[in-house]
Amino acid sequence: MVKSLAGIALSLLFTFVGLLLVTFVIARIVPIDPVLSILGDRATDAQIAAERLRLGLDEPMWKQFGIYVWQALQGDFGISIRTREPVIEEIARYFPATLELATLATIFGVALGVPAGVLAATRPGSWADHVVRLVGLMGYSMPVFWLGLMGLLLFYGILGWVGGPGRLDPAFDMMFQFEVTPHTGMILIDTALAGRWDMFANAVSHIILPAGLLGYLSMAYISRMTRSFMMNELGQEYITTARVKGMPERRVIWVHAMKNVMVPLITVVALSYASLLEGAVLTETIFGWPGLGSYITDALMANNMPAVMGGTIVVGMVYIGLNLLSDLLYRLVDPRART
Amino acid sequence: MSTSGMNQMTAWLRDPNPTSRRQARLGQAYMAWLRMRRNPLAMIGLAIVLVLLVMAAFAPWLAPHDPIAQNLSNRLLPPLSPGHLMGTDDFGRDILSRILYGSRITLFIIGLVAVTAPVFGLAVGTVAGYFGGWTDEILMRITDIFLAFPKLILALALVAVLGPGMENAILAIAITSWPPYARVARAETLTVRSSDYIAAVRLQGAGPVRIILGHVMPMCLPSVIIRVTLDMAGIILIAAGLGFLGLGVQPPLPEWGAMISAGRKYLFEQWWVATMPGLAIFIVSLGFNLLGDGLRDVLDPRSAGR
Repeated sequence: MVKSLAGIALSLLFTFVGLLLVTFVIARIVPIDPVLSILGDRATDAQIAAERLRLGLDEPMWKQFGIYVWQALQGDFGISIRTREPVIEEIARYFPATLELATLATIFGVALGVPAGVLAATRPGSWADHVVRLVGLMGYSMPVFWLGLMGLLLFYGILGWVGGPGRLDPAFDMMFQFEVTPHTGMILIDTALAGRWDMFANAVSHIILPAGLLGYLSMAYISRMTRSFMMNELGQEYITTARVKGMPERRVIWVHAMKNVMVPLITVVALSYASLLEGAVLTETIFGWPGLGSYITDALMANNMPAVMGGTIVVGMVYIGLNLLSDLLYRLVDPRART
Repeated sequence: MSTSGMNQMTAWLRDPNPTSRRQARLGQAYMAWLRMRRNPLAMIGLAIVLVLLVMAAFAPWLAPHDPIAQNLSNRLLPPLSPGHLMGTDDFGRDILSRILYGSRITLFIIGLVAVTAPVFGLAVGTVAGYFGGWTDEILMRITDIFLAFPKLILALALVAVLGPGMENAILAIAITSWPPYARVARAETLTVRSSDYIAAVRLQGAGPVRIILGHVMPMCLPSVIIRVTLDMAGIILIAAGLGFLGLGVQPPLPEWGAMISAGRKYLFEQWWVATMPGLAIFIVSLGFNLLGDGLRDVLDPRSAGR
């Protein structure tokens, strides 16, 4: 069962090339002129000729794919139609906002989901168990964009507890551009580094709602999984032994059982982190959040195909990367997986 | 049916020594039904799904108004206005009627996806599992590649290239949702591949096509069906997401996701335009989730204990 590191690297490479093959097929084999879809119909003849050469369209198909993979490996996803900037540079600018949102949401999801799952597992069939199950299923069933709209309506429109769409109030937005150096592109970290706590507080009031709602979705998944893993562990003999020895129940659950629950839970958290990137696509459009999701949907509306495909590849790569990371963490936490 | 007839039937169903294959099967189904009836959440889910089916079937009779005809003098009426239980939208169309008709579109989408994606996944999974070796390796690698994509993003990219519309949305959702079925079917195939009854069929001279179609696929069906029920909600949510982004079903057809997107402009003043269709999506996918959860507990004894 245990794969060697070389095996992991090989299957990683294979999946990556496969990912590129799928986007290549989507972008090329479909009956749409790739040059026109990239340049738009107002391109001059000279531009078209240059693009044909760059994509290697006069070469056989397998060679075109080779060129495509080679360019992608160098981070060359083409030029954005709208801004005439390399797609990769634009994505690098948009990505931190999504990363910040997804990370905060995952922190919420773990902090609430793990205790909720443990609570349900220790009292199966109780009302607490049913509540956790129902709340989880509701999270599974919620259209994320609608949840975002309802959250805005309630917490921003009616109660006025949080900031509206965007990462900052418009007044702070101007100041941020001139007075804060974007070290990381993540607004909470950058404002904190600059010591601008007024701006930091404003940023918190804007991120708390989208992060909270995405966090709820991730909590739904994590609590269900934690419950199932924990119930599995609690039926094991070493738990009975620990209880017979008179160990306090809290220690049995949180130290002994938790150590083993952690192992599969890492994969679950990685998966939920990845699915948050997906949820972010729809959430970001609702909250005017300038992240990768907004980037992809805006590009979609503007028929900006290089940007759409570049964004798709980057999200796919993050997916693969997270899977790799959880594989490696697995080894770190579980000694049995190391040999 | 009279009470004694009813009793006779349950006795026939409960008979521990069935005399025919049909009696045994129906008895099994009856026991499963009894087990499921004990799970209140699953029954709520079943009720929601049945209501959805009735809504879709009888939409023309249930809907008080035409779902598409515009009436600008009645625009943006609040809920509980006379004749408009859920209010009207920005074109003065009755929201309740649009939701009722929208259930047909939702059912059409899940129906088409639910017959195409699992069949394709079943074919890939059983072939990979039955032949093993290189066939297995190649097919499962392809499956892994599709699993490496987030569903919604791949569907977005596909629709972006194919062009918006209901057919392309369905195609995109089907292309993104077959890999889990292939995985499930392969796992089931591996467990039956080397069993005696397959060996017996092979000795009688059956070819691989016949074995896979007639003797392997039926064994995979229960797990795939459970998986499909659990995935229904996800399909509804992705279809609604595509509709919300304007890439799925096009206006003026009353698709729920597109209706939310239309109500977004009026969110803070006329909240009901975006809220009502969202509630419909939420309730229907919750129904499918509750039902799928209950079905899994009943039909799949391996996961029932957990």
